[in-house]
Amino acid sequence: MSILSLARFQFAMTTVFHFFFVPLSIGLALVVAIMETLYVVKKDQLYKHMAQFWGRIFLLSFAVGVVTGIIQEFQFGMNWSEYSRFMGDIFGAPLAIEALVAFFMESTFIGLWMFGWDRFSAGIHCAFIWLTSIGTMISAMWILAANSFMQNPVGFMINAKTGRAQMTSFAAVIKNPQLWYELPHVLFGAFVTGSFVVAGMAAFGLLKKRNPEFFRKSLKVSLIIGLLATVGVVGMGDVQTRYIIKEQPMKFAATEGLYKDSGSPAAWAIVSGMDTKNHKTDWSIEMPYVLDILSYHKLSGNVKGQNAINKELHAKYDKKFGKDMNYYVPTKTLFWSFRVMAISGGLFALIAIIGLIFNRAGSDLIMRQRWFLWVLGICTFLPFAANTAGWFITELGRYPWVVYGLLTIADAVSPNVSVASLLISNIVYFCLFSGLGIVMIVLSKRVLHHGPDDLLQAKDDAPYDPYGKGAFDHE
Amino acid sequence: MSNLQFLWFILIGVLFSGFFFLEGFDFGVGMSIKTLAQTRSERDAVIHTIGPHWDANEVWLITAGGAMFASFPMWYASLFSGFYLILLLILVALIMRGVSFEFRSRMESERGRNFWEWAAALGSFFAAFLFGMLFTAMVKGMPINAHGDISAHFTDYVNLFSLVGGVAVTLLCYLHGLNFVRLKTTGALRERALKWAKPLYWLLFAGEVLFAILLFFSTDFFAKKPISTLIIVVALVLLTVLATWGVYSNHEWLSFISSGLSLIDVVILLFNGLFPRVMVANNAANSILIKDASNSPYTLHLMTIIALTTLPIMLIYFIWSYWVFYKRVAS
Repeated sequence: MSILSLARFQFAMTTVFHFFFVPLSIGLALVVAIMETLYVVKKDQLYKHMAQFWGRIFLLSFAVGVVTGIIQEFQFGMNWSEYSRFMGDIFGAPLAIEALVAFFMESTFIGLWMFGWDRFSAGIHCAFIWLTSIGTMISAMWILAANSFMQNPVGFMINAKTGRAQMTSFAAVIKNPQLWYELPHVLFGAFVTGSFVVAGMAAFGLLKKRNPEFFRKSLKVSLIIGLLATVGVVGMGDVQTRYIIKEQPMKFAATEGLYKDSGSPAAWAIVSGMDTKNHKTDWSIEMPYVLDILSYHKLSGNVKGQNAINKELHAKYDKKFGKDMNYYVPTKTLFWSFRVMAISGGLFALIAIIGLIFNRAGSDLIMRQRWFLWVLGICTFLPFAANTAGWFITELGRYPWVVYGLLTIADAVSPNVSVASLLISNIVYFCLFSGLGIVMIVLSKRVLHHGPDDLLQAKDDAPYDPYGKGAFDHE
Repeated sequence: MSNLQFLWFILIGVLFSGFFFLEGFDFGVGMSIKTLAQTRSERDAVIHTIGPHWDANEVWLITAGGAMFASFPMWYASLFSGFYLILLLILVALIMRGVSFEFRSRMESERGRNFWEWAAALGSFFAAFLFGMLFTAMVKGMPINAHGDISAHFTDYVNLFSLVGGVAVTLLCYLHGLNFVRLKTTGALRERALKWAKPLYWLLFAGEVLFAILLFFSTDFFAKKPISTLIIVVALVLLTVLATWGVYSNHEWLSFISSGLSLIDVVILLFNGLFPRVMVANNAANSILIKDASNSPYTLHLMTIIALTTLPIMLIYFIWSYWVFYKRVAS
């Protein structure tokens, strides 16, 4: 095992785990904020209890998201010190701004929200969850600004003396088109995650037939948000795809498993068998024209295959870096990731529509169609697969670069960290994450198992005082 | 060294000062869960005192780390890759502590609560101790090569000086936490915190003297900056005298402010001694200097504008949130 492969594995493991909780927290913050807003507007206690109940899941997710986020910040220095030196001028700024602007906002207002139920008017208290929610989105914006530079470097120069990348235009870094394609897609994906976790858990709640009114209302709110978010995530995914064809054709060709040029008109492979060693596609089941529709919104046009792009990249970069590099990206992972993402998107839309129809007022269809509640319940987990698949495409599709065209992954790793250190940290993180993941699932299940009874039965004339005796017992 | 480089060196110090002042009492309160508090309701109360705040307090560390990356990437890269295993342990401690409060509140058995209380207490203890060790080892000097990479041995990290530094910072944090508990609780908890603080302050005096002696022999602080170092060390002792007086005369605010300022004083001591370096190498030629470690003037300029506009706004709501939860917590 080399430092490089261990460091790469660690980055994959820590970001994937962290990114289970990031979209969940962003999404749940929005769902809870909308529920609490409904309470403020409609003055119906049920919405308040919904905000409080789903807020419990949000707080669990937020806690794990925060602590795994610290690893991310430290990791650049610990495992990727050469990257940090090369990129500090550009990468550090959005990271610091994220902390200054977003993290303080999130963490302060979440504290006020948690402990402020009885200290503030309903409107002001509702503002706290919105500020937390906006904080989570601002945070996403800044970290994606940093990521976008790695995908598509803009607004910089290479300092001839130091060899480091140096920012020349902050405005260009912020205006990076990559960011404004990536950000909405990620945010909508997060909203899908939050809303489908609520919908799925509400479905499990309905299966037990306790508090049907509470869970049906939760289902309605979350599925409406979920449907809108699905439309958003698919739409933005489409826009982003067509951008990637132009800017990172290798990434796109790999998501389609294309080695040879497609020719015109281009067919879309639903599944195919890829020979990654000999760089060819053995077989595939195809839908005619669909790849052209996907790529260009037209019925004709050629999509370049990896073999041709590989040649272009050799011509472009080999000399500059003084070495013969491999430009093929992990094709199978990208190909299947794209399908997981696309199929999930379709499923979410379908399920949300069926769910809203079954759950419409005056009908108890949702209670009778238990199979559908099971499908919805399983959907709790699907957004996580889709999010992870999306990041696999984005990050693995950049191979061999850590910063596209500027710095290779191999040149970015810390030279002084030993294999033993990396092995230890990998094992430690693996155990830690397994433990945290299990606890997180067990506790979410427990919250659901207890249901909202304690909230629904609480007498409104005896407000719960978070600073009073026993406040931490069951809250 | 440009003015901006100097300013950012100071700003990093300010952020670490904020971190130690605020997380200092969080760590102390965390340790108190399994030491000071003796009943379940007392443990609840102790946790409540930092409940709404600890997360935002920790953001000071994240901001300090991010700001270091944004201003002195050579420092960030060298420090973080060089103190790899210590930082790994710090991360484990911060993670266990960070999830403990929320997870504990969801536990239904005494055993479950007990587990997360230990996670909070040990996480706080190790975080404080390891940060103390890390910074002490850092100013003592490390084997750094011309590229800025540390390749050190066990004894470079763990030695008498760094251990004493770790214990001293832990003790400072613990006392700061006790002082915070005195401010924020009532009844038996408040009295016990006062009772416990008294003997511990005498131990702290002993620790500070030992630390000062080791500082003299292990670092070049006294050789290179005798006057300023001496002033800061004397200030540390005076602040401890003030805090002790606050304990014996039962002035809660005085003790709390003094213990917080003594943590800041330690940060000042380290940064004053570091200057004009950011990393001290055993071979003086390889020490990393402020002037060589920073980002371009463009980025520093940009970050200055951003920090100076966002920090005041942040401070307004940050301080306001403390004002909201000003009340004492009953147990």
